Amino acid sequence: MHRKRQAIRDHTAEANLFARRATIAFIIVTAMLGIVLNNLYSLQVTQHDDYQTRSNGNRIKVLPVAPNRGLIYDRNGVLLAENRPVFSLEVIPEKVDDIEDTLARLTSLMAITEEELTRFESNLKGTRRFKPVVLRTELSEKEVATFSASKHKFKGVQIEARLARHYPYKETLTHVLGYVARINKRDLQKLVEAGQEDNYAATYDIGKLGIEKYHEETLHGTVGYQQVEVNNQGRIIRVLNVDPPTPGKDIVLNIDLSLQQEAQRILEDTRGAVVITEVKTGGVLALYSNPSYDPNLFVHGISSKNYSALLNSPDRPLINRATQGQYSPASTVKPHLALLGLEDGVVTEDYSIKDNGRYRLPNVSHVWRDWKRWGHGEVDIAKAIEVSCDIYYYDLAYNLGIDKISEAMQEFGFGDYTGIDLYEESNANMPSRGWKRARFNQPWYIGDTIPVGIGQSFWTATPIQLTHSINTLVNRGERYIPQIIRGYKESNGVDDLIPLKTSRPIQINDPKNLDIVLNAMHDVVHGEEGTARFAFADTPYESAGKTGTAQLFTVAQDEKYDEDEVDERLRDNALYVGFAPFDNPEISITVVLENAGGGSSNAAPVARKLMDFYFRGRTFETVNVDSESEE
Amino acid sequence: MKRTAITPDKISFLQRVHIDGWLLLGLLVLSGVGLVTLYSASGQDMGQMQRQFTRLAVSFVVMAVLAQLPPGFYRRLSPIAFVGGLLMLVAVLLFGDMGKGAQRWLDLGFIRFQPSELMKLAVPMMVAWYISKFTLPPRTHHIALGFIMVVVPTVLIAKQPDLGTSLLIASSGVFAIFLAGMSWKLISLVGALVGAFAPIMWFFLMKDYQKQRVLTFLNPESDPLGSGYHIIQSQIAIGSGGVDGKGWLQGTQSQLEFLPERHTDFIFSVFSEEFGLTGVIVLLAIYLYIIMRGLIISSRAQDAFSKLLGGSITLTFFVYVFVNMGMVSGLLPVVGVPLPLVSYGGTSMVTLMAGFGILMSIATQKRLISR
Repeated sequence: MHRKRQAIRDHTAEANLFARRATIAFIIVTAMLGIVLNNLYSLQVTQHDDYQTRSNGNRIKVLPVAPNRGLIYDRNGVLLAENRPVFSLEVIPEKVDDIEDTLARLTSLMAITEEELTRFESNLKGTRRFKPVVLRTELSEKEVATFSASKHKFKGVQIEARLARHYPYKETLTHVLGYVARINKRDLQKLVEAGQEDNYAATYDIGKLGIEKYHEETLHGTVGYQQVEVNNQGRIIRVLNVDPPTPGKDIVLNIDLSLQQEAQRILEDTRGAVVITEVKTGGVLALYSNPSYDPNLFVHGISSKNYSALLNSPDRPLINRATQGQYSPASTVKPHLALLGLEDGVVTEDYSIKDNGRYRLPNVSHVWRDWKRWGHGEVDIAKAIEVSCDIYYYDLAYNLGIDKISEAMQEFGFGDYTGIDLYEESNANMPSRGWKRARFNQPWYIGDTIPVGIGQSFWTATPIQLTHSINTLVNRGERYIPQIIRGYKESNGVDDLIPLKTSRPIQINDPKNLDIVLNAMHDVVHGEEGTARFAFADTPYESAGKTGTAQLFTVAQDEKYDEDEVDERLRDNALYVGFAPFDNPEISITVVLENAGGGSSNAAPVARKLMDFYFRGRTFETVNVDSESEE
Repeated sequence: MKRTAITPDKISFLQRVHIDGWLLLGLLVLSGVGLVTLYSASGQDMGQMQRQFTRLAVSFVVMAVLAQLPPGFYRRLSPIAFVGGLLMLVAVLLFGDMGKGAQRWLDLGFIRFQPSELMKLAVPMMVAWYISKFTLPPRTHHIALGFIMVVVPTVLIAKQPDLGTSLLIASSGVFAIFLAGMSWKLISLVGALVGAFAPIMWFFLMKDYQKQRVLTFLNPESDPLGSGYHIIQSQIAIGSGGVDGKGWLQGTQSQLEFLPERHTDFIFSVFSEEFGLTGVIVLLAIYLYIIMRGLIISSRAQDAFSKLLGGSITLTFFVYVFVNMGMVSGLLPVVGVPLPLVSYGGTSMVTLMAGFGILMSIATQKRLISR
């Protein structure tokens, strides 16, 4: 466009030029808005589904809801582990006008410690303003009441309740129930490995010990979910949908609380363990290890001071002596050895030896002694059990040899886990040639075999193993695995019992052999020379049993040498195994008392008291003790 | 002013009070849509509603007052306003108040003032004044001088830094030159020059946060929780709105606050989420209607200054719309440009309506002059 500059403007031409340009501009404007519209069409129509999904992903969150943990009852329906609301005091920062003032007024209301304040201040910084910050946990009922009364004066302060485990019988059942505590990193890793992390997404506590741990899956239940709408800060605006959790099953134990309490009461300050089972089912009526401790300490996180006190106590309260304590079984295994001797044929009912208190082997200078210095004189197998003659068993062990003993005793469960529903179990040790070679790189000497006859020489057993082996004898070879759990509590009030667990029975060739052994155990209690006859004098019921006294073994092998305590700690362990009533056995008892002295005078009376308690109020047909022992 | 006043048979009355009824209709409808959207976008905040309503009222009053002054007044005012504005821009760079990391405010003791807002009008006025002194189409050296009048304030404002405003001011001046009839040859040449200028801007004039915005625009998903968050959430809001929208007050992206700046720069995302593509088309039609009316008024203007200024004001209004919608939908990088008469906020709205006041003066005062 070439134009000459003119003095007089051509207004029409300029107007036309502008109109043209304005039209072009309008076309461009329309085209560009068309581009915008096209882009919006692509977002809102073509990609709508994708953005709809992302929009929902933004606002809809699925939150896990923790199931309520199953409760634990004893066999009579007494609640042993409950879920109790614990109250904590929380502050929602955005709702509080003056935090300093609120804290000051709260402090005047209840004793808030410096530690709690410090923790609160630091938590306050890292939390979103609408999220509650915990100021004080485990409020007492009085504190809850005090605060509730003046709640209106504290805007933005609230009491939050959460269900937490509580064990009302405290240390009485710790070694049975165990406890739950907060899920830690290691628990989480295990849950991940088991593919259970989703199920525990909202769960606070997990079983750490005992029944709580062993039956964790049953007690925990299944997580539920709620679908919520959240805003950009994660604040829940409303609940859209709820898929409720399935609570854990309430379980019923074989435990009889009163019997358990009696065991605790009788043991008092004595270190040791008591196991009482229903002979015909293997159900554990009482399992008490002394000393014990309060499991509630662990539920809310035990203080390091309390924990190290438990950990470093010379009495080792954390160990479950009933299932983890490894003791020389001593004479309590003589009945088993006697049965083996009879079944194997190395001895007969009539075979007897002359016991003068000493036992020696050809070409061996070592002399093994009887617990009775001058010996028991002429001793057959029945008397060997009744008076607990050591010489007879030295001879028996010598004649059987370690291989037969080891194999047969393993069949009774020695050296192996019983399978009781506790993870805290030791397999103890049933020695053998192979074991000694592996353990000490030494051959098995004949001298090692002799004390095996009296349940010593590397042979260790846990109280639950002793119980299991005695039950096996009483059940004539049938083997019911000791079980603490009995069944599930149903809403109709009738417990849904769990089938009994058994393991491979022991084959008994001649039932008469077993009768000889059981009768001899009867004579231990009721015979003229029975080692437990004083302890069980004048019981209304008839029982049978075997005493044991083990030298110088304690549960702890790495214990420090402590001069002040050495005498007490070097005393013998007292043991007793027994069952009653003799005719129709209901219960078996194992008592192990550390450093208590002889089994007859220390362990047997404990067993007696527990049997008395168990049979209290029951009447029994009077029986002629003498005629029984004549058989 | 009652709504009943805006009827064709009353146009003569409107003419007397120097109001263009068709333009006013468009602006009122748009303001109404804006208030409805803001009610939702502010989270039903009545305080914000009240403040916005007050601003709108003030802006309409400013428009009505400015409409009373004849275009010749603005023509005579142009050089003074431009030079004054330029001095104030320099003053801002030297003594201005800091606000949100940018130096935009000038504190005159009794009032805090953004000179860049004044320049939004002063620049197109100056360019129109200068170019219209000569016959159209303008000669090359006039165009060159015109561009200098545009570039100087643009660079000063870009240095504050205020990329959005400098963009608006640059376009307003360029539109005046374009409408004056700058030859297509020259347009291509300038286009090439601007293309060459882009790298200089990138390396010497843009601040880091501005560069970051551009990078984020190019790939928002590279940092979805950081700088890309705004644009991603905005696209989710728009996209999830679909054809029919989620309904007024029902937009989850906006009501649950996933959308940042939802009542200011990103209010169009709220609108799109709640009213869908259908609503978007209606809103675009309203804007297009206002632009069309503005261009018609400009075309009918009697003198070149009025034509150029009116056209420039109208097209700058379009730039607001285009840049805002483009940036919230991911078409353009995020520069702080509000959606005119819909976004919450004061200063730019007053400037915008002042522009429409001048447009109404142009629309209604020509007959008085010709008489």
